[in-house]
Amino acid sequence: MFISIVSNTGFRLKNNTMNSKNIIRMKTKIFKQNPLYRVANESLVILCLAFLFTLFISCSTSETQTVAKFKTITMQDEFDIDGQPNSLIWTYDIGGNGWGNNELQFYTNRSNNVTVQNGYLLITAEKENFEGASYTSSRILTKGLFEQKYGRFEARIKLPWGQGLWPAFWLLGSDIDDVQWPNCGEIDIMENRGQEPTLISGTVHGPGYSGGESITKSYSLTNDRFDTDFHIFGIEWAPDYINYYVDDVLYNQITPADVTGEWVFNKPFFIIINLAVGGNYVGSPNTETVFPQTMLVDYVRVYKADIINN
Amino acid sequence: MKNIKFMHSKTALLLGLLFFTIVSCERDASNQLEFATYSSNGEVFIDGFSGGLDYYPFLGSYLEAFSVDTETKYKGSSAMRFDVPNVGDPNGAYAGAIFRVDSPRDLTGYDALTFWAKGTRGGLINEIGFGQDFFENKFQVSMSLQLTTNWRKYVIPIPDPAKLVQERGMFWFAEGPENNEGYTFWIDELQFEKLGTIAQPQPAISNGVDKSDSGFTGVDMPVTGLTQTFNLESGNNITVNAAPSYFNFNSSNEDVAFVNELGIVSVLSEGTAKITATLGGVSAKGSLELTSVGAFDFAPIPTRPASNVTSIFSDSYTNSPVDFFNGYWEPYQTTQSTEFAIDGNNMISYTDFNFVGNQFANPTVNATVKSNLHINMYIPNSVPADMDFLITVVDFGADQADGGGDDTRQQVFFDKSLWVPNTWITLEFPITMDNKNNIGLIIYENINFSSLSNWYLDNVYFYSE
Repeated sequence: MFISIVSNTGFRLKNNTMNSKNIIRMKTKIFKQNPLYRVANESLVILCLAFLFTLFISCSTSETQTVAKFKTITMQDEFDIDGQPNSLIWTYDIGGNGWGNNELQFYTNRSNNVTVQNGYLLITAEKENFEGASYTSSRILTKGLFEQKYGRFEARIKLPWGQGLWPAFWLLGSDIDDVQWPNCGEIDIMENRGQEPTLISGTVHGPGYSGGESITKSYSLTNDRFDTDFHIFGIEWAPDYINYYVDDVLYNQITPADVTGEWVFNKPFFIIINLAVGGNYVGSPNTETVFPQTMLVDYVRVYKADIINN
Repeated sequence: MKNIKFMHSKTALLLGLLFFTIVSCERDASNQLEFATYSSNGEVFIDGFSGGLDYYPFLGSYLEAFSVDTETKYKGSSAMRFDVPNVGDPNGAYAGAIFRVDSPRDLTGYDALTFWAKGTRGGLINEIGFGQDFFENKFQVSMSLQLTTNWRKYVIPIPDPAKLVQERGMFWFAEGPENNEGYTFWIDELQFEKLGTIAQPQPAISNGVDKSDSGFTGVDMPVTGLTQTFNLESGNNITVNAAPSYFNFNSSNEDVAFVNELGIVSVLSEGTAKITATLGGVSAKGSLELTSVGAFDFAPIPTRPASNVTSIFSDSYTNSPVDFFNGYWEPYQTTQSTEFAIDGNNMISYTDFNFVGNQFANPTVNATVKSNLHINMYIPNSVPADMDFLITVVDFGADQADGGGDDTRQQVFFDKSLWVPNTWITLEFPITMDNKNNIGLIIYENINFSSLSNWYLDNVYFYSE
């Protein structure tokens, strides 16, 4: 069993699951390979105690806690077939209208902007004049194809780099066309500014807490960067919380108590992966920004939330 | 995909095992050989010199520029203090030194030299880096660095840490006065670190440009503009000058030219070769396309009898004493010069030319009898369309020294139609000024915005018919 410690709300232990890869590992070498969720700023002693405590809990679960388990895969794209992304899962946003953020790129579904190669999804931003824009890139989404309420959403991604690049892995409420943004809700699992190679943010937007008033927290790597290797960006989303992860580190939890408006996260959402160029969030590329820039996605996996009321 | 990779690693493991077995049958290497190991200590100056570190100031610098300061420091008990002298300081014109360790260190585990620094003013340190050891300086790195008056942390990345298996040059710098004024700066917590956030290398040769140049068989030339650029944790790029030995050079035609590890191109025969490079496996931006026009054409060998000649620069005569072939006159002169020889024939190459002087005042030349001047000039590649050239001959007068109110000069203008590219041209003219018994200086000069940049000089002598 994995554990996580939620430090911003005092100590509270919760049983979590792991992704399928870890399950396979566990069968062979439980204790050596099992990476306990690494907890920033917590002592080893606490970690050990917590581990013992978890073992205890898993034998006899607490009577008062509501627990979500994220064991069952509901959607999985390993990007193992070269060519266009799987059309049963992904569709495209196409256009160059700035997307509400004064973004500079024109999104296309051309293979030089989006393709699957050698086991990876490649979303590539190019500097080229196209349909009145100075850059092209791509934005793929599961709208109308895969939408889910609650669960673990994760992707393993190597980010591009450089001033003015804005890669993101995020969710939008499926009712966006009926209720509009921000009423539909938005869960940003990962956003990065290319000029901040060690930093990403996780955010929720909703009615009364969108844009500059969104609920957000950043996570930075120590002695490492997001553009030199793959990292897993994930959320675990249940009725009363959204937990944010980078790799095995839980760095934030957002609950209904944290948002300054209605909690709009009790309905299905769809997934978006995109690489924007320029815009309000990052500013424009400069002469040092190297193009093309590619965001590499190893996989996207979604698990169902099994809610257990004890 | 992943399964295939896994299979590969299994195969490799198996092969490795087999190999190991074979090796261990033949000889037990680990018991017989001792591999040299070097200290991997990354500390240079934390609160004092790290083990084996010594201070070697540059010749001509203010030798006392460096001291250990226990009052002003960033952290701990002391910092390195550097006092840059004022202009005209008789004790030295600038501050500059290397800090070298006795025994080499293995720096392969680090990715940058880091330190905290501040100055009494926001000086721009001309050159700062590591890898200079007063031996080969093979892995020298330098950059300029803008100080502030507050303590700030600075990072000088290592172009390719894998190269620094045994490095002695821990730190070096050279800094002159700012606006003629000296000042003081401090450096503390100087050490090699593994930051892990230095990434996205963008090496370059020829300053990142695809450059063309011509050369001659037998004439070596350096690949220049060698840099390495990294993106730092701050998101900013930083560029350092990297020594040639960090690069692996490649020639598209090794029959025409090849490059050694010191970045020197040897031109072997007529033809064209494109020089490219990699650094740490990354292709460097920029190239050098070198066209060898074949054997170097020498200046005509003078035929006048030595008794009729007073020579300043020629292999055919005994030359008079010369003070300099380039006075590096400040602040406007840009001309650089190199004396070079091919097959024993000495020439002077002027590059970045705007004007330059040859001075020979000890003693001056009496051209009363040998009253003509002979000069050979060679312009490689092409003669600029706007070329306009002036030669000035200066008589230093009775004081036999430049200036003093008794100097006289003769100016001779040359039409550009005289020159043909890649050909030695002979310029001869009589000295017609009244005073010509104390000639001490010849000045060559671009005038009227002439853009002549590179040329060679040979056979400068006064003669009588």
